[in-house]
Amino acid sequence: MIVKTIFSGFGGQGVLMMGFTLAHGAMNAGYQVTFLPAYGAEVRGGTANCTVAVSDDEIASPIASEPDYVVVLNTPSLYTFQNRVAPGGSLFLNSSIIAVDPSRRDVRIFKIPASEIAEQLGNLRTVNTVMMGAFLKMAGLVTPDIYLSSMEEVMGSKKRSIIDVNHKAFTAGFEYLEEST
Amino acid sequence: MQGNKIIGEAAVLAGCRFYAGYPITPQNEIPEYMSERLRTVEGGVFIQSESEIAAIHMVAGASAAGARSMTSSSSPGISLKQEGISSLAACQLPAVIVNMMRGGPGLGNISPAQGDYFQATRGGGHGDYRTIVLGPATAQELADFTMDAFDLADQYRTPVMILADGMMGQMMEPVIFKEPKPRVYSDSYMMRGAGKGKSKIIRGLILDPLDMEEHNWTLERKYRVIAKKETRHELYRTEDAELILVAYGTAARIAKGAIKRLREAGLKAGLFRPITLWPFPENELRDLAKVFENFLVFEMSTGQMLEDVRLALQGYARIGFHGRPGGVVPTPVELANVVMRQYDRKQGIIEHY
Repeated sequence: MIVKTIFSGFGGQGVLMMGFTLAHGAMNAGYQVTFLPAYGAEVRGGTANCTVAVSDDEIASPIASEPDYVVVLNTPSLYTFQNRVAPGGSLFLNSSIIAVDPSRRDVRIFKIPASEIAEQLGNLRTVNTVMMGAFLKMAGLVTPDIYLSSMEEVMGSKKRSIIDVNHKAFTAGFEYLEEST
Repeated sequence: MQGNKIIGEAAVLAGCRFYAGYPITPQNEIPEYMSERLRTVEGGVFIQSESEIAAIHMVAGASAAGARSMTSSSSPGISLKQEGISSLAACQLPAVIVNMMRGGPGLGNISPAQGDYFQATRGGGHGDYRTIVLGPATAQELADFTMDAFDLADQYRTPVMILADGMMGQMMEPVIFKEPKPRVYSDSYMMRGAGKGKSKIIRGLILDPLDMEEHNWTLERKYRVIAKKETRHELYRTEDAELILVAYGTAARIAKGAIKRLREAGLKAGLFRPITLWPFPENELRDLAKVFENFLVFEMSTGQMLEDVRLALQGYARIGFHGRPGGVVPTPVELANVVMRQYDRKQGIIEHY
């Protein structure tokens, strides 16, 4: 089994953090993992993305030409990656700021108003964690317990209140899809 | 942990106490990591130099004084360092040089590539010398080979290069740092002030041609020993194979993925992966030609290691080639498709030349 996921959004939305925490969680769950950020000539306010591969076998290439999952936090990312999703794969959108509909009909589409949910929780910056909750609900891969403890590990020195609000954000995202699907 | 940072940590664990470098993508996390990490160890010195050339010569200086020293860069920066690498080889000074290759020639781009194989394995700088070149393919190997590189550099008093690419540098994979071996390096090589004793001289300028020739043969004898003792390679699923792919570094990872797909499609392919690029495992590869007739070399270049494979196989086997230069990282599926197009059981592989 090999599962590849691309996370993409504006720089600053926390897409690298999403990929990094997933890779960490999957590693702690006993999988082989690779995490590959887009690097180099990036601009402030531009898009950022990363690719995570999770496998129970040696991973050949950390690059995903046909990812099983794509998680997009902004509209430019949707345009960039919607045609890359493998047929039968899944596309997760932050529907709070992505107003357009994806063009694909052969993939599962999950719309999560992540920015609104994050704002209700009192911290807009947790939008990435809300999306992670929804993503892991559908993707499985890592149980919420392992993911959340890995997230704490990654956040390490952050304040307790920040970790707590991310816990809430994860649960909100996780439960959002439960209610609507 | 990210590849670049793994190299930094492994170096410090191996006892590296001097790093000089100049920023260039995609290896910037090495100096970034070293700038913090070397502050936390006794005697650690980090210098962001004014240029790549300054950095390599600072490394030479620190090495002469006895410190385990390292510099790193990416392709265009490594070109600048060649004068210093040649000088390190001439003066028999140990040092570790990391090249996170990117697309070239010229400034090229910042994407992963393997176009510096000739430069790394043929010496790169001027003069009769060789550089030990290690080609890691996983995060774990980045850690292990960085430590090994320091040991080899000391043991043979010669510069050692770690030749990886932008993808190896940027990618994160889990890693376990092994226990570094204790350093074996005689004080007598170190310039620590002569005191009342005799002065020591380290020099690369030997004006008398006969003396220079003797020095050249001394170095060559050392290189022969290295070639005999330090050659490393990996065989992957070759036992029952009908076709052997030859690839190193990132390309070897992709080849392993392609092999999995080829085998699913009924074509039994295996991999020969050179780990030391110099010394190239030519005898080990030639041995394979006793059993196998068909080889395909895969590189993220227009065909550089291909020449070493041809030299090793000496016409005893058919050699096909697939190359993607310029910073393109092909997928395992692409490589598998190429192999299936180029290989036919009856006719063998389509030869590149």
